[in-house]
Amino acid sequence: MAIFCGAGTKVLVQGITGRDGSFHAKSMLDYGTRIVAGVTPGKGGQTFADKVPVFDTAAEAVAATGAEASVIFVPPAAAAGAVCEAADAGIKFVVCITEGVPVRDMLKVMPYLQERGVRLLGPNCPGLVVPGQTKLGIMPTSIVKPGAVGVVSRSGTLTYEVVHQLTQAGLGQSTCLGIGGDPVIGTDFLDALAAFADDAQTRALVLIGEIGGDAEERAAQFIRANLKIPVVAFIAGRTAPPGKRMGHAGAIVSGGAGTAADKEKALAAAGIPVAARPVEIVPKLREIWRDA
Amino acid sequence: MNIHEYQARDIFRRHGLPVPEGRVATTAAAAVEHAAALGVPVMVKAQVLTGGRGKAGGVKFCPTLDDVRRQAGAILGMDIKGHRVGQVLVTPAADIAAEFYLGMLVDRRTRRPILIASAAGGVDIEEVARTAPEKIIQRQIDPRYGLLDHEALAVGLALAAGDLGRARQLAAALQKLYVAFMGADASLAEVNPFIFTPQGQGLAIDAKINLDDNALERHPEYEALRDLEAEDASERAAREAGLSFVKLDGNVGCLVNGAGLAMATMDLVQYYGGMPANFLDIGGSSNPEKVVKALSIILADANVEVILFNIFGGITRCDDVAAGIIEATRRLDIRVPIVVRLTGTNEQEARRLLAGTSLVPAETMDEAVKKALELTATKPKNK
Repeated sequence: MAIFCGAGTKVLVQGITGRDGSFHAKSMLDYGTRIVAGVTPGKGGQTFADKVPVFDTAAEAVAATGAEASVIFVPPAAAAGAVCEAADAGIKFVVCITEGVPVRDMLKVMPYLQERGVRLLGPNCPGLVVPGQTKLGIMPTSIVKPGAVGVVSRSGTLTYEVVHQLTQAGLGQSTCLGIGGDPVIGTDFLDALAAFADDAQTRALVLIGEIGGDAEERAAQFIRANLKIPVVAFIAGRTAPPGKRMGHAGAIVSGGAGTAADKEKALAAAGIPVAARPVEIVPKLREIWRDA
Repeated sequence: MNIHEYQARDIFRRHGLPVPEGRVATTAAAAVEHAAALGVPVMVKAQVLTGGRGKAGGVKFCPTLDDVRRQAGAILGMDIKGHRVGQVLVTPAADIAAEFYLGMLVDRRTRRPILIASAAGGVDIEEVARTAPEKIIQRQIDPRYGLLDHEALAVGLALAAGDLGRARQLAAALQKLYVAFMGADASLAEVNPFIFTPQGQGLAIDAKINLDDNALERHPEYEALRDLEAEDASERAAREAGLSFVKLDGNVGCLVNGAGLAMATMDLVQYYGGMPANFLDIGGSSNPEKVVKALSIILADANVEVILFNIFGGITRCDDVAAGIIEATRRLDIRVPIVVRLTGTNEQEARRLLAGTSLVPAETMDEAVKKALELTATKPKNK
């Protein structure tokens, strides 16, 4: 079991012939992801890595191959358009890796996806990996291992750091999911947590948040009300100066809202242990999870 | 990117909001000339990229040209929360019968633009939100249709307590503000206050816009709005090099790949009692050019006593990064020790490369931070 996709999911890669798209498409193929098609306008008819047919449009790719999910590597100015193209072609799960997508574009994409019942992960995210089964995105698979811990995070490399520590401690993962650091994202903590709650394989959770917004506060309430499994959290940016953008567009602390202290307080109030350092996540998980 | 009030006023004016005329001066003499042309009384307003100008004495009512000379002289050069005032805006003073707050921003929760408005205008809206949340009206806007007439009028009526003349002007202002917000690719657009004169005329007498950095490329005209004087020299160099960088006050220079890990590294430096000199995300690249640029920006800070690399090699290979660091250190004159933590893909190869150098290797984040602090005058805590 996994969330949002699985070993059998047929995947389309948009921007498959670009520098990043081709590199990561190869890496996904190596891991066993079932990539059935690629899209690059003007490159229709080519074959990628000797086996993946390339199409000019997502509609052609879906019609010919039955692709169910898409991973997007197109440049920021074209990313929102690519998301809509995938949705219009009948894709139901879209992962947008692209960083730097204008927020206004995402505001306009959201109702388009809602009307078509499409789930978006990202933008500006590392995607997800279901260890031992499939990968839709750019996470390094050398650090993952199949198991029972779900990982959901707003970060990229910080997620890798935590997953690496879990694996080294012998704690495998059910699904590792990066939701992205932008202000407007398709799948938020609540969506991910709801999916993990329904996943029988996931028996513990690590939530990695960061400053900005109130997603962690709302996640804390949701976990308290709906999740029966042990959860440990970590919040990055507790020492960030207010009003400064810390790389992620979402990571701006202003006016006292969205600080790490607020988030840690909300999590603690919901009975969720918060690790002060990444290295404390595994010990905290062991404290509350007998199987760890 | 933040822009000045007078720049935001221009954008609002282009979108049809009723913005009074205003002129910018860099000297007291020029301010007097503008005031004479506009006619006193005027307001003289400091143009700085921070809030709280009024409280800091940066906004003054000037009934006479002598007042303008005196007040502009005092405000120019003033320091407001670390920002030096280089320009003042001179604008006709208006009599105020009522003040409102009108704002547009992005609601992360509903993933929609959201209108925020209040009849408690002219004061800090965050303060109103804390002390009197019932005075704040919020309404999500469906970007497929924009702010519809009846929606805008409903907000106007609620704000104006039944005064239809005011309600209609507020509604029109909100619709124009929404169009300006979306058209400008803003992350925040705010009029505080929107006032009514005793004669019933609505005026947007203050303006604030934050622009979405991700959208700057499709607005080439915004580059001209950037206040290079107001930007820290190192932050400017980093921006031009495509690095995500924030200058801080400590002595530990940090180079990290990924924003989340970079923040977690800063946090860890402080956990052990140190102070980071900066936030810097070098991104996924192992390109030596980028490493050289990042190092030179950090080394320009005289406070830096040690440099800490924290790299998680995922897709990026650690040996590539190590080669980039070694190459960079050859090309730069480096006067401080460098601690390097590389974990992930090909970390063994990376460690072999670093073995022949003066770079201090570390295996974990915690070990790297502790080693870095030991190389400074800071006394580490939480050992």
